[in-house]
Amino acid sequence: MLEVTGATVRFGADAALRDVDFRLFPGEVHSLMGENGAGKSTLIKAITGALALDEGVLVLAGETVTFRDPHAAQAAGIGTVYQEIELLPNLSVAENICLGREPRRGGVISARAMNTRAHEILLDLGLDLDPASTLGTHSLAVQQLVAIARAISADVRVLVLDEPTSSLDLDEVAELFRIIRELKTRGVAILFVSHFLDQVYEICDRVTVLRDGELVGEYLTRELLRIDLVQKMLGRGASELKSRDRLADDEPDAAVVLRARGVSSARGITEADVDLGEGEVLGVAGLLGSGRTSLARALTGVNRLESGVIRIESRPVRLDSPRRAMSLGVVYSSEDRRRDGIVAELSVLDNITLALQSERGVLRQIPAARRRELAASWVEALDIRPPDLDRPAGTLSGGNQQKVLLARLLALSPRVLVLDEPTRGIDVGAKVEIQNLVGELADNGMSVVFISAELEEVLRVGDRVAVVRDGRVVRIAAAVELTADSLLALVAQPDEDEE
Amino acid sequence: MAAMTTTTARAGGRADRASSRVQTFLSRHGGMMPTFAAALILVLLFIGAEAFLRGDFIKPLTISNLLINNAYLLVLAVGMTFVILTGGIDLSVGSVMAFTGMLGAKLLADGLPVAIAIPAMLLGGAAIGLFIGILVQYFGVQPFIASLAGLFLGRGLAFIVSLNSIKVEDPAVLWLQSTRWKLGDWVVTPTGIIALATVAIAAFVLHLTRFGRTIYAIGGSEQSARLMGLKVGRAKVGAYVISGTCAGLAGLLLTAYANSSYPRNGIGTELDAIAAVVIGGTLLTGGRGYVLGSMIGVFVYGTIKTIINFMGAEQAWMQIIVGALLLLFIVVQRAIVARAEGRR
Repeated sequence: MLEVTGATVRFGADAALRDVDFRLFPGEVHSLMGENGAGKSTLIKAITGALALDEGVLVLAGETVTFRDPHAAQAAGIGTVYQEIELLPNLSVAENICLGREPRRGGVISARAMNTRAHEILLDLGLDLDPASTLGTHSLAVQQLVAIARAISADVRVLVLDEPTSSLDLDEVAELFRIIRELKTRGVAILFVSHFLDQVYEICDRVTVLRDGELVGEYLTRELLRIDLVQKMLGRGASELKSRDRLADDEPDAAVVLRARGVSSARGITEADVDLGEGEVLGVAGLLGSGRTSLARALTGVNRLESGVIRIESRPVRLDSPRRAMSLGVVYSSEDRRRDGIVAELSVLDNITLALQSERGVLRQIPAARRRELAASWVEALDIRPPDLDRPAGTLSGGNQQKVLLARLLALSPRVLVLDEPTRGIDVGAKVEIQNLVGELADNGMSVVFISAELEEVLRVGDRVAVVRDGRVVRIAAAVELTADSLLALVAQPDEDEE
Repeated sequence: MAAMTTTTARAGGRADRASSRVQTFLSRHGGMMPTFAAALILVLLFIGAEAFLRGDFIKPLTISNLLINNAYLLVLAVGMTFVILTGGIDLSVGSVMAFTGMLGAKLLADGLPVAIAIPAMLLGGAAIGLFIGILVQYFGVQPFIASLAGLFLGRGLAFIVSLNSIKVEDPAVLWLQSTRWKLGDWVVTPTGIIALATVAIAAFVLHLTRFGRTIYAIGGSEQSARLMGLKVGRAKVGAYVISGTCAGLAGLLLTAYANSSYPRNGIGTELDAIAAVVIGGTLLTGGRGYVLGSMIGVFVYGTIKTIINFMGAEQAWMQIIVGALLLLFIVVQRAIVARAEGRR
């Protein structure tokens, strides 16, 4: 039905997608799998007309097509339901389904005809909704189904579902799957993207795996073992690491700096128990959406706790804001460097001293000479290149931006450093440097939580490894007891190895 | 999950049925609540004034005058509603009204016929609106800043036309205001009819055309509207052009009302128009509101002004009361938005 060949998309010098082939068959559900930055969303955007291909061809039902905008893709029969529901909460259900092709008589919208048509489409999907009601009054799940109703209300040949289940509960997912199966029998080609492996295995016939913008392969779901799929998604790459003395125990034997018990936050992590010893690196392994980021955010006051207790040096603390956590020596570096980290327009100097100055407050300015001295020392210590303090941080490479962020946090002399995918999207050399740096910091008594999508990295850097799956910490073990394969099994497989 | 209203309806019982009807109504027209609140305040104001002035207030003449005296403001508020529904703001309308008033008066004074002067006024307003709209849509300028540029431009152009007041003697323009059509004790002028017609046309366009629904869609989520394949750019620029055209029309109405045009007319009127729109229940964040609400907002504004005139109090009280009402409504709106977000 749809075939993409040699797809390449570049953002500046970086290619987000390199020479990827992809096929969709009518009456089949196809999944696109990959970690952060694998190129999934880029490929989806190219298919749905939100982004143009720099190279490559898109063939829809035998015809070569190029889409100027999402509207053109829709007109060609490609319907899309986005992860963030892209609907209009202020308009009625019927308008959300029909707007853009609503029934009109001489330019005048006929509300009655529109409501009737919307109601038919909804009933077709087994939904009995008042089409005149305002969309925003319904639950997210219903809104999601309305988005699907919109996508299939046109003569749809290809339906793209981008993480449609991330905000649905189990019953709602079952309802969605019923609808997907129904559409399948009508011969619609469905692209289903989800990071929930269970769901992929339940509904998909075929799966295409991407990694780092490149095609890993296309497989039939029933012929691909779950563990192989995860391995293909995560990939393997060995690099050097300075050896350092490992703490080999399951329990941290040094004094526990941070102890979390029964920590839960809304939509993320449930009942997590984590101990972090002095001078220890706790690696966190888990797939995208497993709760690894939610865990980090819960520990550092970014997300509010729903329940549970966090103790720092055995004193219970309330981490209700990052600022509060910071004052207690707990700092967080986000997985999204560009959005939540670096202030691209400010200089390296300003970026490094930002947090320190904000902690001191606006009234106690750090003298300019002292700031410069401080920043220069960090630039030297972390080998930030080019060593130009006045350069806008946004012009640095990814690895150096990450170092600037680290310098900012380290300038606070924290006791606990929580790093969420600090090595994502940076080159191998910088990766190794950051891994080594984390080791050195721990040797100097700092406690580090190190989250990474790369299992081998987690194993190399962590003293102990916590495995996160479906919002729960399912296992904490010493890194020396694990191998890449046994960790892979823990990350991938549900219901087994629970001890 | 899907059919909550239906299930409750099936549960039977008169009370249940009534409550389900209320639910259906709320789920369909919940967005009208602030507008109802404005209507309620208007009624309360009427009753209060009636009681305070011992039955001297609710008379056909007073209410007729409410429309006649505020026709220009009503037209401005209609245009403003389009812009605010997209989530924007148009600060230029007061000075654009002054400019188009001056332009029209000057053209008439130079002996040109109304058939040229009036279209020129409307086009002048539309042109400034187009300028602001293009700045906002294609150059990514904040609506606040772009329309501030429009404000200065309009005021400057008004002074370029003439530094002094220009008297208007054209019979057609004077007819707009001096004609009194009577129905019993009720009076209306052609300016009042024009203002009401503007409201009716705007309501029609906003609710029954794709352009109008796109305006609401942009206010709901511009990104979503674009992904839904709606012509976002065109509609957004269109909103500013409509606001500019309405300012041009308001220039005509104000000129007819005053028999003359003065370059300092309408300083701060843009804020009155915004206040009326907000009091009428349109959310400043866009996407929710009604042009009929804006009309109620203008009447609330006009009623307060009338009451203060009746009482012979300081005009400053006018601004304090309008300010307080504005504050009240924005707090109410925040509460509505917060509730809607809480539910999502």
